[in-house]
Amino acid sequence: MNKQDTNIFKAAWTYDEAPESTDHIQIKKIYELFIDGKFTKPIKGNYFDTINPATNKVIASVAEATTEDVDVAVKAARKAFGSWSKLSGKERGKYIFRIARLIQERAREFAVIESLDGGKPIRESRDIDIPLAANHFFYYAGWADKLEYAFPNRTPKPLGVAGQIIPWNFPLLMAAWKIAPALATGNTVVLKPAETTPLTALKLAEIIQESGLPKGVVNIVTGAGETGASIVNHPDINKIAFTGSTGVGKYIQKAIAGTNKKLTLELGGKGANIIFEDAAIDQAVEGIVNAIFFNQGHVCCAGSRLFVQESVADLVIQKLKNRMETLIVGNPLDKNTDIGAINSKKQLQTIENYIKIGINEGGEIYQPKCKLPKEGNWCAPTLFINVSQSHRIVQEEIFGPVLAIQTFRTIDEVIEKANNTPYGLSAGVWTQNGAKIFHLTQKLEAGVIWANTFNKFDPASPFGGYKESGFGREGGLHGLKPYLKFE
Amino acid sequence: MFPNLNNLPVYDTTGVNERIARFCTRSIKASSKNEGLKMALSMIDLTTLEGKDTKGKVQQLCYKAMHPHDSLKNIPTVAAICVYPSYVGIAKKALEGSDIQVASVATAFPSGQSTLEVKLSDTKFAVDQGADEIDMVISRGEFLAGNYQFVFDEIAAIKEACGKAHLKVILETGELETLDNVRKASEIAMYAGADFIKTSTGKIQPAATLPVTYVMFDAIKDYYLKTGKMIGMKPAGGISTSKIALQYLVMLNEVLGEKWMNKKYFRFGASSLTNDILMQLVKAETGIYQSINYFSKD
Amino acid sequence: MSRLDIQKTYKLYIGGKFPRTESGRYYAVTNNKGNLIANMCLSSRKDFRNAVVIARKAQGSWANATALNKGQVLYRIAEMLEGRKEQFVAELMVQGETNKNAELEVNCAIDRLVYYAGWSDKYQQIFSSVNPVASSHFNFSNVEPVGVVSIIAPENQSLLGIVSLIAPAIVGGNTVIVLASETKPLTAISFAEVLNSSDVPGGVVNILTGKKEELLSHMASHMDVNAIIYCGKDENQIKNINELASNNLKRTIFYKKGDWTSSNSESPYFIEKMQELKTTWHPTEV
Repeated sequence: MNKQDTNIFKAAWTYDEAPESTDHIQIKKIYELFIDGKFTKPIKGNYFDTINPATNKVIASVAEATTEDVDVAVKAARKAFGSWSKLSGKERGKYIFRIARLIQERAREFAVIESLDGGKPIRESRDIDIPLAANHFFYYAGWADKLEYAFPNRTPKPLGVAGQIIPWNFPLLMAAWKIAPALATGNTVVLKPAETTPLTALKLAEIIQESGLPKGVVNIVTGAGETGASIVNHPDINKIAFTGSTGVGKYIQKAIAGTNKKLTLELGGKGANIIFEDAAIDQAVEGIVNAIFFNQGHVCCAGSRLFVQESVADLVIQKLKNRMETLIVGNPLDKNTDIGAINSKKQLQTIENYIKIGINEGGEIYQPKCKLPKEGNWCAPTLFINVSQSHRIVQEEIFGPVLAIQTFRTIDEVIEKANNTPYGLSAGVWTQNGAKIFHLTQKLEAGVIWANTFNKFDPASPFGGYKESGFGREGGLHGLKPYLKFE
Repeated sequence: MFPNLNNLPVYDTTGVNERIARFCTRSIKASSKNEGLKMALSMIDLTTLEGKDTKGKVQQLCYKAMHPHDSLKNIPTVAAICVYPSYVGIAKKALEGSDIQVASVATAFPSGQSTLEVKLSDTKFAVDQGADEIDMVISRGEFLAGNYQFVFDEIAAIKEACGKAHLKVILETGELETLDNVRKASEIAMYAGADFIKTSTGKIQPAATLPVTYVMFDAIKDYYLKTGKMIGMKPAGGISTSKIALQYLVMLNEVLGEKWMNKKYFRFGASSLTNDILMQLVKAETGIYQSINYFSKD
Repeated sequence: MSRLDIQKTYKLYIGGKFPRTESGRYYAVTNNKGNLIANMCLSSRKDFRNAVVIARKAQGSWANATALNKGQVLYRIAEMLEGRKEQFVAELMVQGETNKNAELEVNCAIDRLVYYAGWSDKYQQIFSSVNPVASSHFNFSNVEPVGVVSIIAPENQSLLGIVSLIAPAIVGGNTVIVLASETKPLTAISFAEVLNSSDVPGGVVNILTGKKEELLSHMASHMDVNAIIYCGKDENQIKNINELASNNLKRTIFYKKGDWTSSNSESPYFIEKMQELKTTWHPTEV
């Protein structure tokens, strides 16, 4: 097939800029901590900047919560727990429904701020992050008065105060994943958004204020790792829910040893995406793109290890390269952008370092000829061909738009390689053969398996990992359990 | 050469629809929109295929083809006029001096339910009348019954009867049920000698859709990679607004690319699309939203 | 002329065999009057390591056995135990139980095995779900065994304790390495004999005897163990386990209860604790 000029398929019609308007967006210059229903200044008076990764310009100044602030927040949450946990499930549910509706009403504002603060394409924040966040509240609102049906023969009770620490890749969505089930089950919350993306969580705080949710039920404290550590180590917290790196997850499990804190961890991954020769190749190629380039690859369940059956490897890789030529990298606020800005300078350095490692290890690199903006943090979508299980870029989570491609010959071989990792969050299988799908989905050690699709999320669908990708599930009926105890 | 139909790519409908959604969310603004609209206009096969067509109707349509909207400067004419064989002569005459092509449906359009002899004479008549392009229909009944060789042979015979005229092969995708069948029919048509493959007659719902067109693009792409030969594509029926036309062009741009982005390799089979594009172009020039009452309906 | 009794040699149970500890060490177990009952194998960390290798090897095929088969295997264990009831009552009494308690414990252990045998093809339906996602996909979640589980048995109720922990673990497709009650280990090894005659594939259940002090840290830290169950109230040991488990994010399960005869000592939720949840998506449009 290679005798023909594949460059012929180059797109020539370039689209003019189509930026989402920012006129209607209200961003304050300074954001305080949200504690006990009020926006409060941090006790030590320290602030940090949150930066637009597409321009590296400061967007706003955000309060840094110290141990003292966290303590005030936990006390407020503890105080609120008494009456909140006693409130009927019906009433609790109504508050949560109200939050869902308020997010929907301000969806566009949320989407723009999410893209400004985090660098993700507006298409994704508008079509995926924000609607899913609202839907998550909707889903769990309905559970609040039905908990006894979820756990036959048991009496569920809330745990108390939940300390929740979320990452920067899906800022509002992760806040929704954490807060919604906690509230539905009658817990109160101290939540810390990531330091590079605090704005939508603080906007959510405004909505929570508007919703009339009793004060102290949700508290949002901003800051970096030290603020997180203050939450983890606070003696009056009953539950820690963390989404982030496996390294920090291990640290937390260790740190809370000897306490009665319950723990759920949603950690890293190195998802295998497996393409068989009898797959719908064209959709598989689209699936590969979606698996690794969605949200700049800042996705814990990204399909970052691609396994292609040898007989179709050339075809798949050629089609993938052609498809990558059409990806538009640039201004996150442009509606046509496919790949936005890398979330932070630090993360960009990490990714660039891995790309260097990949090259030094002898991987064959491919990047499309896309123009990258001058200012800001950018990384072209990247493939590494001819790598193997022993390469670092195959073993370690890069958390960027970098795909490591290996070929395989037999089913047993690919299962063995796919499972040959400490992680176990996600996997993808592409084949039109039903038996093969079920065989693979049974054998793959991963909490989420996408067959003939990838990177799909839904409030009703439980999400979480095997092995070192963490424990506990978020989403669905199963997502209630981590916030309950049973007598 | 009869194609190997055993190892054809297969399609997952949900996956195709997701891909289509990506094309549909491309936001085409400003000069790229203007460029797109003019391109779309130049690719239209302005069509009338009614039992009630008359000489007068065809003549009016030909005038519209040559003068889409005289108050707009620098706009292209449409690519072709598409009529029944009986009006080919009239259209040919009416379009004299322009480079607008005359296309004619043939082969017992739209059902294709007739003998090869009738279809061949239908085709020859249209060609003799001066048709530059022939839009034939495949025998869907035979296709669905698995008689692929029959379908192939019929197309090959018509192709021969076309002589110099270009052959567009209508798959009538609305009757083929699955995307995999669309791919299979595309393959048969291309290998049997089609210059263009075309979605629909416009007489069956659904007519052209983005997913079906996507699959046909994919077939054209693979055919090019195998043979080095470029086949044209014509979605027809149901494309009535500029917005939808631009979505097709986005898809064309991102799947087949620049070499296909001209009337030689891409056509819209449409009638009311022309005026909608014209209204958009006038709106772009004046900034004022338009009414159809100011655009000639022929 | 009186006949000299044949005394039993208590060994370990690993991979369906009864080896001595590789270390050659032993420890003396006495009854509550201080008299020697038996010399038990003092397992080393290498015995544990070997058992993990064997348990890992056995896990895949045991998980793949049909639910029906696993249920029948568990029921078979109950049948075998029923047949050797008197031996276990006697052994429990040697370890210091009253006759009444010993009988209660053995009966309860048999019934518990039958209880979990019945769950083998049912718990999946309780804990799995079809999830109504808002897109054109069929989406379901099902439970799967977590893998290899370390179990530190309770000190008291040395038979009923391990039965109550082993049964829900293996009926769920896991394989286990059990550290028997340190002070009352006899019934654990006798139970291994029951297992060995009950169609339980070798390696599915492995039983060690020895000192918690010595083995606990290895059971908690081993990178190829997926979950650890600890029965007891020693807060230092619990903390130690949690800390070491973080090496590979081992799932930790703690039971502080003293009485395993109570009705809340059995439920499908004991099985669920040693299960992972897997969610699968597939498109539905044609």
